[in-house]
Amino acid sequence: MIKSYKARRTVANTLIYVILTILSIIWILPLVWIVMTSFSGEEATFIDHVIPTSWTFDHYIDLFTNTKVFDYPRAFLNTLIISIFSCIISTFSVLMVSYAFSRLRFKARKPFMNVAMILGMFPGFMTMIAIYYILKVVGLSQNIVGLIIVYSAGAALNYFISKGFFDTVPKALDEAATIDGATKNQIFWKIILPMSKPIVVYTVLTTFIAPWTDFILAKMLLRDATDQYTVALVLWNMTDKEKVDTFFYNFCAGAVIVAVPITALFLKMQKFYVEGITGGAVKG
Amino acid sequence: MNYIDYVQLNPFQKFVYKLKSFFMAIPGALAGFFKAVGKAIVAFFVGIGNFFKDYANNFAVGGLATKLSYVIMGAGCFLNRQIIKGVLFLAMEVGFIAYMVGFGGGYLSQFGTLGTKEAYTGLDDFGMPVKVEGDNSMLILLFGTLTLVIIVLFIYLYILNIKVAVNNEKTVKAGNRPNTILQDLKLLLDEKFHVTMLAVPTTLISCFTILPLIFMILIAFTNFDHDHQPPNQLFKWVGFGNFGDIFISNQLYAQTFGKILGWTLIWAVVATFSCYILGVIVALMINKKGLKCKSIFRTCFVMAVAVPQFVTLLLMAQMLSQSGVVNVILHNLGWVDQPIKFLTDTSNPTMAKITIIIVNIWIGIPYTILSTTGILMNIPEDLYESARIDGASPFVQFMKITLPYLIFVTTPQLISTFVGNINNFNVIFLLSGGGPSNVHMYQAGETDLLVTWLYKLTMNNNDNNLAAAIGIIVFIICGTLSLITFNNTKSVKDEGAFG
Repeated sequence: MIKSYKARRTVANTLIYVILTILSIIWILPLVWIVMTSFSGEEATFIDHVIPTSWTFDHYIDLFTNTKVFDYPRAFLNTLIISIFSCIISTFSVLMVSYAFSRLRFKARKPFMNVAMILGMFPGFMTMIAIYYILKVVGLSQNIVGLIIVYSAGAALNYFISKGFFDTVPKALDEAATIDGATKNQIFWKIILPMSKPIVVYTVLTTFIAPWTDFILAKMLLRDATDQYTVALVLWNMTDKEKVDTFFYNFCAGAVIVAVPITALFLKMQKFYVEGITGGAVKG
Repeated sequence: MNYIDYVQLNPFQKFVYKLKSFFMAIPGALAGFFKAVGKAIVAFFVGIGNFFKDYANNFAVGGLATKLSYVIMGAGCFLNRQIIKGVLFLAMEVGFIAYMVGFGGGYLSQFGTLGTKEAYTGLDDFGMPVKVEGDNSMLILLFGTLTLVIIVLFIYLYILNIKVAVNNEKTVKAGNRPNTILQDLKLLLDEKFHVTMLAVPTTLISCFTILPLIFMILIAFTNFDHDHQPPNQLFKWVGFGNFGDIFISNQLYAQTFGKILGWTLIWAVVATFSCYILGVIVALMINKKGLKCKSIFRTCFVMAVAVPQFVTLLLMAQMLSQSGVVNVILHNLGWVDQPIKFLTDTSNPTMAKITIIIVNIWIGIPYTILSTTGILMNIPEDLYESARIDGASPFVQFMKITLPYLIFVTTPQLISTFVGNINNFNVIFLLSGGGPSNVHMYQAGETDLLVTWLYKLTMNNNDNNLAAAIGIIVFIICGTLSLITFNNTKSVKDEGAFG
């Protein structure tokens, strides 16, 4: 029997449906599992069945009320403070740097951009060691103020995405405004910025999210100052070998609380993210 | 090879040709690099020569105001009624001299030795033990570096001051009045707007990226390790000794370094390409014509990117632990009797390595899907149409159209992913912590990358010097890779349309 083209296509599509469904389940299962575990009412931490037999909201309550060993609410507040301040400073510095590199022409432009590229090739962790000593001399090590400064200071080096955006705004706008007698300062504030709402929103969100997901810099700078810890550090400590037995459910609950808003924000800004990572690509 | 010859090759030959031209380009790229460096050095010295010529010349022909500003900064402004600017320049000079005399000069003079007096416990007048403070090598190095940076800044300001004075003199000679402070400020909002925009970010980056980087690079040439910890002990310059230790002379270090470097490169290659190829295949399946529920499938994968990486990684580490859910499932299915030590099996480190690569595939595929979906949809449909009319099978279409197009467009992104994987701290540290441990390695485990080894050396063992040296080696690897591929990509691009 000769299969028609249509029949062959149906078979192929069914096969793809099956494969994709299996893959989707593999990808989504760990995430479902952590949410499920955070509501689990089981007594023991490690049980011999996967789906819990009873459900409870206690781990979330415990996370915020039992602060003896891990002060999650405090860490939450710390992270919130850090991200609000570093978001404000970083947004300004990222937008200013990317605007200057994108639309202003001056002698030091190329050298500055080259230096920024070279700085990006050193392992980030290397500078962190020295930053710790520098902050220690100033008296800001093991302190969230130091963390805010370091997050905001480094942000300007990630100007590529917003520079790419500013590059696409037509030059004719600047020229028209200049002919009308606007200064470059006015062009930036009154013409380009109001037109660039998407990239402003993107910059605000990414710089706000950064302290919630960063782990290594906070660990390096805060060391054993537990009252200054961020959420990421507290969650990492909860999975410590000796503590994980007692705090595993709390870890799941804490992780869910952080992950849900960030996931929602990310799904909203996917488009920008894609433009960001493919921005360096050669247009075919 | 001409373009016309090139397009007639089959994909495999094209790949071989590209690979060949990649390696052929390495000497050229390096030569180009050194030529550029040489040119820059020559330009630098010519610049310095010109500067001194101008410097002497301006002094000879300049008027009183100009001559005076060679000694007193801001004189050229004071004498031309630019009081505020003059005060600022003068304040800089006074501040600089005060800084050098009171603080920086002392540290700078000790910069060559990094301190000579070691702290010790002596006896006071009553015979009681008392601690006598010695020199702190760390502070000397830090403040010495800071002072050097400040000196460079001051030289820049000094030159600026002379330039301003000369310009003022020219303006006066032409019969005009030099700018008032208000006019200068207005310039900052218009012609010199870039100065306003970049001032704060540049200062922040200088303080918290460039200064620390210089400091760490210098530390690579000292013996600041666990035996030389300030403030109680001194450390000193050792030249290239640390690099010598890592490469040759210290057998334990050299062995550890070789092993870790090998795994880092294997990891970077495998992690980059496994995620790329598998991700492209999944993306193609999702984007297949006539498939429904595309957005549902895509959202499932994107969720894995959206959840903060440290959460997914910590979660995976827990799921793969000995009493974790994966072992529970395997046990319930009756497939294993003993729990599998996915990440901690010291007798079989390959197991941990494979597990990490598989988890990384789980993390990496969604990124590839996100970044290639748009590109896949951009491939001109008529290419496929004519291929179908000519009777090309889907496989041939994939090999001849999709893959060449994708590789052409995403090469820069592949390179940055590769460099990112060499520096992939999170996956290794949060998943296995570098384990399983190996007693034949110095402060490292089987799955440690260079960056996580760097972390362990500083955090657990205070071997800052080794860590800094490794950081420089990583920089050289990443820098060379980016440089070569960047040059090579450009040459590919010059060939015109995609192969």
